[in-house]
Amino acid sequence: MRPAFVLFLVAVFAAGQGAASGLGDAEKGAAVFKKCASCHEVGKGAENRVGPKLNGVFGRTAGTVEGVKYSTNMIRMGNDGLVWTAETLDAYIENPRALVSKTRMSFRGIADAQDRSDLMAYLRSFSDNPANIPEAEPTATGTDHDLDPAILAIQGDPEYGEYLASECSTCHQSSGVNDGIPGITSWPTEDFVVAMHAYKRKLRPHPVMQMMAGRLSDDEIAALAAYFKDLD
Amino acid sequence: MTLNRRIFLGTGAAAAATLAAPTVFAAGHGKPRVVVIGGGAGGATAARYIAKDSKGEIAVTLIEPTRQYYTCFFSNLYLGGFKEMDELGHSYGGLAAGGVNVVHDWATGVDRDARTVALAGGGSVPYDKLIVAPGIDFVDGAVAGWDLSTQNAMPHAYKGGSQTELLKAQLMAMPQGGTFAMVAPPNPFRCPPGPYERVSMVAHYLKANNPTAKIIVADPKAKFSKQLLFQEGWATHYAGMIDWIGEDFGGGDVAVDADAMTVTIDGEVTKVDVCNVIPAMKAGHIAEMAGVTQGNWAPVNAADMSSKTDPDIYVLGDAAQQGDMPKSGFSANSQAKVCANAVRGALTGSKVFPAKFSNTCWSLIDTNDGVKVGATYEATAEKIAKVDGFISETGETAELRKTTYEESEGWYAGITADMFGA
Repeated sequence: MRPAFVLFLVAVFAAGQGAASGLGDAEKGAAVFKKCASCHEVGKGAENRVGPKLNGVFGRTAGTVEGVKYSTNMIRMGNDGLVWTAETLDAYIENPRALVSKTRMSFRGIADAQDRSDLMAYLRSFSDNPANIPEAEPTATGTDHDLDPAILAIQGDPEYGEYLASECSTCHQSSGVNDGIPGITSWPTEDFVVAMHAYKRKLRPHPVMQMMAGRLSDDEIAALAAYFKDLD
Repeated sequence: MTLNRRIFLGTGAAAAATLAAPTVFAAGHGKPRVVVIGGGAGGATAARYIAKDSKGEIAVTLIEPTRQYYTCFFSNLYLGGFKEMDELGHSYGGLAAGGVNVVHDWATGVDRDARTVALAGGGSVPYDKLIVAPGIDFVDGAVAGWDLSTQNAMPHAYKGGSQTELLKAQLMAMPQGGTFAMVAPPNPFRCPPGPYERVSMVAHYLKANNPTAKIIVADPKAKFSKQLLFQEGWATHYAGMIDWIGEDFGGGDVAVDADAMTVTIDGEVTKVDVCNVIPAMKAGHIAEMAGVTQGNWAPVNAADMSSKTDPDIYVLGDAAQQGDMPKSGFSANSQAKVCANAVRGALTGSKVFPAKFSNTCWSLIDTNDGVKVGATYEATAEKIAKVDGFISETGETAELRKTTYEESEGWYAGITADMFGA
């Protein structure tokens, strides 16, 4: 018992150190930024274009740059408390739609963790107070949202999913209609699982959803995804 | 399943029945029968889910006296002018179309030996499993000077419908600069933030239509749900209008006189124009008649909401004494799904999954100023126990409060669709 426990602690500590060791190389990040530059400007004299200017993005509440047209969901998540930190930006840049469903940012994301880290180092140099940037919690690695393929591969039990889904349908209508709370029917399984794990890990900021997802096991999330996928 | 049952019953051997399917219902009549008393957030949900998920294998009868159900949740928004009464009304047509036999009558008694429910209109309905979800009634003599014969002069408005309309009419008829009094209930009671959301909605109406009017609240409690959030909102939106008198200042020492229209709080007599008396509550009377109450409420087992008195009776929602969950429409709806799953399992052998419960209560303080509180729960051997929770914070942005209100509207549409069928 004891040796296993110690090993576990060491593993957590090592992961934490990795995440806390800071962002990547800003010079390399300037090159990565070319992928973003068709829609975003950053630096002296930057203006809003298709997307918001990225000066001061660290520490900013999502969806709040004056004069930018945001998706309803981005505004909603900003209202719910989504703030751009190294952790949340990393999740967003990796897969924009996984963090903010139906975002207007039409970008497939950057899969390479080092590229993202370099890009954020570059962007961070344009924040007002680079020394005082909110970092990820030491226990949350930058790749927390990068779900273990084993979790994504779980085949959910739709019968269990149907039972669990009865808890969702108090608010999310089984017809898929949105009267103030989004419809969640007919989602691709992977999107559903990624979104629920983002709530479970508190990357997505909604207190009810964080609470509901927080007590669901990986199998239960897979079961829900399997059920809702086929619900029209 | 039907074929199996016929073959199986054809043997007529009780011993074989026990061996073949020990947990499955095996009665000497046709389909297993579930009777549900009360068509609110608990009863309507349970009836609908059992009928829907058993796909015709279980005969479900719902006994509910009203043909049009007016939700008590959101009725404060009607008082504040944010909802029309029509928007709070729901028919049982969707349940009937979903295979539930809807009987509009009063249940007047339960014969637990014969397993039948007597109806006011005559006759009785047999059951194999009975779900009792009658909501609340009021404790006799809870507020000196008030009883059901005075509820027209001093409405409780704590059951949706005519009482809510009466209170609104009285509010609208208040003279300029008049006084609105509320007698708040002791714990436990239906919808813990309800009286305080009501104070907010009455204040909202008065601010626009009768700005010199006053609100007095006599409260037997020292604190209440979302207190910091409400008091922050009252100071921001309705400064100087609301006088909340808690236990410390004699708020529990109250008598009313419906003829004189006075309220006496801690010995001080005040003439008022409207008096909303919300007395102490107990389980709906039929739960007591069924013999499943102890004191004011009906104790249940947390795993499936079955009565601690009778394993063939389940009690849902406000009437149940279950542990940590607040008495709310959301809670009743959550409990109903756990119960429906368990009842179906007992009667047809369908898979029974572990109980999971949750609740969220939204309250509106002023236009676009919504707040919420919520928690998740699990079944333990003793009770339904809280697992995790959250509450809105003071000082939140106007945008977040607006989002919270819009979310509450989404929830209302969601839960009513879940109760009555879309």
